[in-house]
Amino acid sequence: MTSGVLNLVLKRLAIAVVTLLIVLFAVFFATNMLPGDTASMLLGQAATPEAVAGLREAMHLNDPAILRFLRWLLGLLHGDLGTSYANEMPVAALIGGRFVNTMELAGITTLLSVPLALTLGITAAMLRGSLYDRTVTVLSIGVISVPEFMVATLAVLLFAVYLRWLPALSSVNEAHSLTDLVRIYAMPVITLTFVISAQMIRMTRAAVIETLATPYVEMALLKGASRGRMVLRHALPNALGPIVNAVALSLSYLVGGVIIVETIFNYPGIAKLMVDAVATRDLPLIQSCAMIFCLGYLVLITAADIIAIMSNPRLR
Amino acid sequence: MARVAASRRSLLGHSYNLVGVVAALVIVAWTLIAIFAPYIIPHSIGDIVDDDYFGPMRQGLWLGSDYLGRDMLSRVLMGARYTVGISLAAVSIACFSGVVLGMIAAVAGGWLDTCLSRFMDAMTSIPSKLFGLVVVAAVGSSIPVLILTLAVIYIPGAYRFTRALAVNINTMDFMTVARVRGESTVYLIGSEILPNIIRPVLADFGLRFVFIVLLLSGLSFLGLGLQPPLADWGALVRENIGGLPFAAPAVIVPSLAIASLTISVNLLIDNLPQKIRDRNP
Amino acid sequence: MTNLVEVRNLRIEATTDAGRVVEIIKGVSLDIADGEIVALIGESGSGKTTVALSLMGHTRPGCRITGGVINVNGKNMAALSEKQRARFRGTAIAYVPQSAAASFNPSSTIMEQVIEVTRIHRLMPPEQARKRAVELFRALSLPDPEGIGARYPHQVSGGQLQRLSAAMALIGDPKLMIFDEPTTALDVTTQIDVLKAFKSVMRAGGIAGVYVSHDLAVVAQIADRIVVLKGGEVQETGTTAQILSAAQHPYTRELLAAFEPRPRQVHADADAGAKPLLRIDNVTAGYGAVRDDGLPLIRAVDCINLVVEKGRNLGIIGESGCGKSTLARVIAGIHPAAAGDIIFDGKELQRAAGKRSQDQLREMQIVFQYADTALNPAKPVEDIIARPLAFYHRLDRQARSKRVDELLDMVRLPRALRYRRPSELSGGQKQRVNFARALAAGPKLIICDEITSALDTVVAAAVIELLKELQRELGLSYIFISHDLSVVEAICDEIMVMYNGERVEQITPDKLKAPTHPYSKLLFSSVPKLDPTWLDGLVRDPELVSQYGHR
Repeated sequence: MTSGVLNLVLKRLAIAVVTLLIVLFAVFFATNMLPGDTASMLLGQAATPEAVAGLREAMHLNDPAILRFLRWLLGLLHGDLGTSYANEMPVAALIGGRFVNTMELAGITTLLSVPLALTLGITAAMLRGSLYDRTVTVLSIGVISVPEFMVATLAVLLFAVYLRWLPALSSVNEAHSLTDLVRIYAMPVITLTFVISAQMIRMTRAAVIETLATPYVEMALLKGASRGRMVLRHALPNALGPIVNAVALSLSYLVGGVIIVETIFNYPGIAKLMVDAVATRDLPLIQSCAMIFCLGYLVLITAADIIAIMSNPRLR
Repeated sequence: MARVAASRRSLLGHSYNLVGVVAALVIVAWTLIAIFAPYIIPHSIGDIVDDDYFGPMRQGLWLGSDYLGRDMLSRVLMGARYTVGISLAAVSIACFSGVVLGMIAAVAGGWLDTCLSRFMDAMTSIPSKLFGLVVVAAVGSSIPVLILTLAVIYIPGAYRFTRALAVNINTMDFMTVARVRGESTVYLIGSEILPNIIRPVLADFGLRFVFIVLLLSGLSFLGLGLQPPLADWGALVRENIGGLPFAAPAVIVPSLAIASLTISVNLLIDNLPQKIRDRNP
Repeated sequence: MTNLVEVRNLRIEATTDAGRVVEIIKGVSLDIADGEIVALIGESGSGKTTVALSLMGHTRPGCRITGGVINVNGKNMAALSEKQRARFRGTAIAYVPQSAAASFNPSSTIMEQVIEVTRIHRLMPPEQARKRAVELFRALSLPDPEGIGARYPHQVSGGQLQRLSAAMALIGDPKLMIFDEPTTALDVTTQIDVLKAFKSVMRAGGIAGVYVSHDLAVVAQIADRIVVLKGGEVQETGTTAQILSAAQHPYTRELLAAFEPRPRQVHADADAGAKPLLRIDNVTAGYGAVRDDGLPLIRAVDCINLVVEKGRNLGIIGESGCGKSTLARVIAGIHPAAAGDIIFDGKELQRAAGKRSQDQLREMQIVFQYADTALNPAKPVEDIIARPLAFYHRLDRQARSKRVDELLDMVRLPRALRYRRPSELSGGQKQRVNFARALAAGPKLIICDEITSALDTVVAAAVIELLKELQRELGLSYIFISHDLSVVEAICDEIMVMYNGERVEQITPDKLKAPTHPYSKLLFSSVPKLDPTWLDGLVRDPELVSQYGHR
């Protein structure tokens, strides 16, 4: 790696850190715009004004917002995510197990969708204009055009209602065998895979088609190269940057998808936790969940940019 | 090499294809329904007209009944009003702000461009559904809040898209010529850049409209969008999700309504009429 | 079968974006004997590249061969399947592209790409192929033949890449090589090395060739026979000597006529002491960080002085990267100078255009090389020309419309073109509109930045003639920037030669035969002549070449 690349990567990382700070700030303030006084809400209607005032003091709610933000930030650095309003448990404890569940869901989906989408996208580009290509294109437009919950309900209708292969709801704790495990993860994973693969297929196909139109691919054709060689040796290495970007961007759709999918399948993950927290207006919990999602999103986008920088042959 | 020539017809110097025409018709139909829904619904949306819940399609109740026995046809037609109306308002705000800011950033360059772009990048680092969740948690859900939230979420996208296009146009020599002529920024933006990017910007408008419809439906499906008694299509799916095990029309029809609208917009964008401007040798 | 290539009645169709089918090659026939080099010459759109590529059985996307026979080495390429054609590509027939820079895969080393043909067709083991490649590099007089293969394309200069792409074509030992305008993108001093290298390897190997070009002088150096194409049809075929000395077809004669020096307008020397219109003193400009002394890190224009007198023209000539275009932008205020003074019509100008007065801006207009990007594609011609009229002269609608007609007349365009968009015009028409817009402002000085470089020879000559006429009528002054000596010679009263951001010499056209500065000598002697013996007889001082050649 040359110093030029290193500089670009460091710059990109610095931008990511700045962005993260802005995002944290935004999340903190959005959640603090809550109408109604947190202290009186916590204590209920029967609370005396003195008790409310006391609690406000104890929670530092009278301090300026910027001070509270800094205090919150400092807590985050120490791994202190605060205490849930709803059941007075440390947020970290509430999130812990759920986080693992969500990561499992996301991980399995990634392992499944990335190879699938890349294969479909690249082959569709190679056979551009064929029946196969048109089928893949139309199907992926179809999936992109409908809400995630519709993909999920269709999956439920098909696999759980008509075919009765899989249960409509997930409960990780009931897993006793491999078949159970498959049955539990199957519906959420299938839904998520559909949702994010569609984007990835479209972007991969577009990236490969664009590189196939370059003069150096034509040059390969005029050297007598086969179609496979043109795509694998000449188009793909140069489409790598855009493709990696497509993958990372699509994976960031996981965040949105996971929120719907965990809710609809009652999957005990962090997104479900957050949707529930919104219902009970549990501020510290919402903040922490939002922060985790933003962080994940940011990591993916930054990783994509960095890989794109490093795969640029002109910078080698 | 296969000659891909989807049957195109030409009229008034434009060439059309069938898919695009059908998609346009679907969009026009939903728009008309959104405007005239209150006058054409057979039943009031609150009236319980069926003894049974999740009733099947039959004469009089063409789309069956919902989980309380209300007429689904009326509810879906009225739902169009909210889904199309809110999305259209939001996408208009988002695209107008994004396009104007994007062009200004491209033409002005310098620190203004840097600051604006950095801020917009940070905004896009917040996943859209998450942003919606947090705002709804903070200020509650009403039509103005929804419109503004949806608009704010999609401004950065419109901005980035426009800026990228405008930056390309900005490097063209005719921009340099206009600059050395002494033209103002308003002229540069409105007269030199905009006419060159209007087609992709309109296509982006359509795409963003689809995103907003999907996000609105998603939020409503989570119960964070429109609040009862109002119901857009996403909310209709949510309230009738209990009918899923019997494949009730009450849950399938609103889903199909969303799909018909969003797929039509996508297909229209891919099959826009093309102006025939061949160079005649 | 006597000839290596026999094309009979070739027809190729293209489908336009709107779905209309047009015939772009209308029954072309041609022969190439073993070891013979045939040039396909014609303007852009004449179909010369399409014909050349069809010899490999290849058509660009949207085109297809609809009729005729393409016999190459005894096989009819038109009738073969794509798989069968692939077997001959790179082995029997090889291709040297127009832009080698774009035709090398940026993510793979040069050696890997040069020997790829031997891998595809299993011609020889990779070790042997690499040895052969190094021999070819040496034969093409590339620097560092042992090491150059390990580099990536972006690490090598344009002239070297062009020769490397010839090595890529030669490694399969082809019987026929197709050169697609291989030197068009190169500077003249570089072009010579490439041409010489091509000619010697072709001669040594007895390889037949098709040389596609729009430049008759280049073709004269390398081709045995010339085929003149226009509008997808063969206009004339003959040996190089025949075509050059006794062309039959009017179009060929037009092409040749564009090379003849035209009678230059001679300015009456009576007003020799005329007031200077523009004077530039010690102007320096560049890019990159500003150093302590206020000058930029990379100086593209270094301490330039020049004077343009009223009604007279100054030519600025130099190769790519010499700073001539930056100088144009500095004068126009697009790229503000870092130091120096610009005095226009007796008054000192601000360095940045944004700070100059509207009248100052109006009186100095700049016309750019690429009319494609200089004209807003979204606007009809009349709006483009009318804008300066509304902006500077505040003419009302009617007056504008009348003036647009007059301006179109002035640049010899039919008035009906006013309703068209730039994309519906030919290259020459676009450049005339571009010029009409500058005229609309009512300027005293027009800076012409390579305005004929993107045009075909014949069209360019006509544009130059127009410029001269307008100058007589309107008393304009031009600064004429070009890399093409013949263009500058045809119109300018003074010629400034630039190298590496500096002025190396200023001379008058009648003294062009005897430049004093060594770089001018090298540059002027590198311009190809119509004489077919010119390249072989050219003797260049190697020291000079290594000092100034871009390589």
